[in-house]
Amino acid sequence: MRKKGSAAFHGGALFPAMMEKNGSMEHLVKRLSQLSATFIVLIVVGLLFVLGRAAMPAFQAFGFPFFVTSVWNPVTGHFGALAAIYGTLVTSFLALLMALPIGFGIAFFLVEIAPPPVVKPLRIAIELLAGIPSIVYGFWGLFVLAPLFQDRVQPFLTDRFGALPVVGRLFEGPGFGVGMLTAGCVLAIMVLPFLAAFLTDVFKSVSPLLKESAFALGATRWEVMSSIVTPSVWAGVLGGVMLALGRALGETMAVTFVIGNAHRLSASLLAPGTTISASIANEFNEATSDLHTASLLALGLTLFAITFAVLACGKSLVLVLEKRKGA
Amino acid sequence: MIVSVCRKSCLLALALLGLASPAFADDISGAGATFPHPVYAKWAETYKAETGVGLNYQAIGSGGGIKQIKAKTVTFGASDMPLKPEEMKDDGLIEWPMVIGGVVPVVNVKGVGPGDMLLDGATLADIYLGEAKFWDDPSIAKLNPKLKLPHQAIVQVYRADGSGTNFLFTHYLSSVNSKFGQKVGEGTSVSWPAGTGAKGNAGVASTTFRTEGAIGYVEYAYAVENKLAFTKMTNKDGKVVAPDFEAFQAAAANADWQTAPGFYLILTNQPGAQSWPITGASFILMHKKPVDAKASKQALDFFAWAYQNGGDSAKALDYVPMPANVVTMVKKSWEQIDLKD
Repeated sequence: MRKKGSAAFHGGALFPAMMEKNGSMEHLVKRLSQLSATFIVLIVVGLLFVLGRAAMPAFQAFGFPFFVTSVWNPVTGHFGALAAIYGTLVTSFLALLMALPIGFGIAFFLVEIAPPPVVKPLRIAIELLAGIPSIVYGFWGLFVLAPLFQDRVQPFLTDRFGALPVVGRLFEGPGFGVGMLTAGCVLAIMVLPFLAAFLTDVFKSVSPLLKESAFALGATRWEVMSSIVTPSVWAGVLGGVMLALGRALGETMAVTFVIGNAHRLSASLLAPGTTISASIANEFNEATSDLHTASLLALGLTLFAITFAVLACGKSLVLVLEKRKGA
Repeated sequence: MIVSVCRKSCLLALALLGLASPAFADDISGAGATFPHPVYAKWAETYKAETGVGLNYQAIGSGGGIKQIKAKTVTFGASDMPLKPEEMKDDGLIEWPMVIGGVVPVVNVKGVGPGDMLLDGATLADIYLGEAKFWDDPSIAKLNPKLKLPHQAIVQVYRADGSGTNFLFTHYLSSVNSKFGQKVGEGTSVSWPAGTGAKGNAGVASTTFRTEGAIGYVEYAYAVENKLAFTKMTNKDGKVVAPDFEAFQAAAANADWQTAPGFYLILTNQPGAQSWPITGASFILMHKKPVDAKASKQALDFFAWAYQNGGDSAKALDYVPMPANVVTMVKKSWEQIDLKD
């Protein structure tokens, strides 16, 4: 109270006519901000609580084995999350594996190589790509990518790599067009604009002094990129990657169209599978038994936990790297 | 000033809401099976032209229809899987058959056109169990000596959502192949050992159309609309039948609705030389004590109209309308619905 009084006093000295009004405005804004912040926390806690309570029947019925069984049988009432968890993780990692080099390339091009007239249109193109709704990606994946994969890409992969000792397991079996690989590709294209924009900003944030000094010493653009720029923003890049991963993990509509909807574990990338979000999207509307509904909500809770873990890992990794750099 | 503006805008919003609701109150709301969707849509179009009352039907699958009517969010639910009498009693529902159609297997194999291939129940079950993996499997070749079958992998397409069509298909396969019955069973949603899933009859039709070597199962109207290659089948009497209106009607003729309690009757694998083996009736579910009696009355008027006038449009889409004696029984069962406000 005293503090506020003194601030108002000082403010009053400069703006005597508005002293009272400023004080109450300040108070109002402070309270509104507090309310907004509490609101967010309440939503997250509330969501967790509702999900947890609704998913409880599934955990009670199955216990820990819920996370390690891949059986998903509505007829007998046996549900296991493994196939969905596996699919979520595999498609997201595939997406990142494909999007990271390309995003890196785009960022490198935009920051170092592109002549100024090209930069703006390219950035607009990237932003447009980011703005396309995910369900449109799903349609495109289903009608354009899936037939292409079935006719050309998957037979090629099976012929070339199917017979190899270890890697072959990834590419065996007939290609249906839809499957983990197709879903990974669609996700990669969805994550790409975000990653490219993020990496571009991160690379731009490097001090020009650092880069100019390297150029002055005769380094090529690639040497500057790899030896100076990248090591200095490594933490930022990792943070961006984690955010992109978080986005890929939760993506629903695009993946549902092209994943094949099969609750089965398979080593092959060409096989159909399912992700957590795809399972919920497909089955929630029609889950007639309470256990089925509870299992789907348990899946949702699992996704919540996975995303949280990924983001937490990313954040702590960034902190560790920053500390190490500082030291 | 801000407070009075807020108050005025709140009042305006409420007034607009009040004006807006009567416009939508005239639409009958229903949800459920994709199986009868083509014929319901046709009926709704004609009914709206005649009476001005529209139908808002969400084809989300039988499982969805059952769930929504139990939750009382719609006036009627539609399901190809009839609910058992005990289940109906628990939820205070009644059900009745509205129209009969057939589920047909459709294939996408080069050189195989509509009605070219023959399959029987046991082989179809083997395909969906993943036992028959390629199109030139001996069991399929034996039934089709004249067809040149490629060594192509079979892509089994099934329903990923809760589906009455799925129920009819799995019910039939379980009754003709005991291994299928044990391993997969029957239901609106089952655990398929092989293949890929699609949403709705439309999804299965679309996926089968686009994927080479695919086999799927759809309601006959979808096969015709999408020009898919349906197969002939061997029925209970051992005769080869092609799916068409006569075959569905022959199967439906065997139905003894009189003795079925609460109209619970499943029409798969019916006897008769011309019967199509995977025929089924699509049911309407309504509450005995509805939340909105006026909406229920409107819905019943629509159904009565459909029974009276919808026969020709149903036949044009190869659905079999219910026979007159069944319609009389159904209308009598409507007396159980409490229409008093």
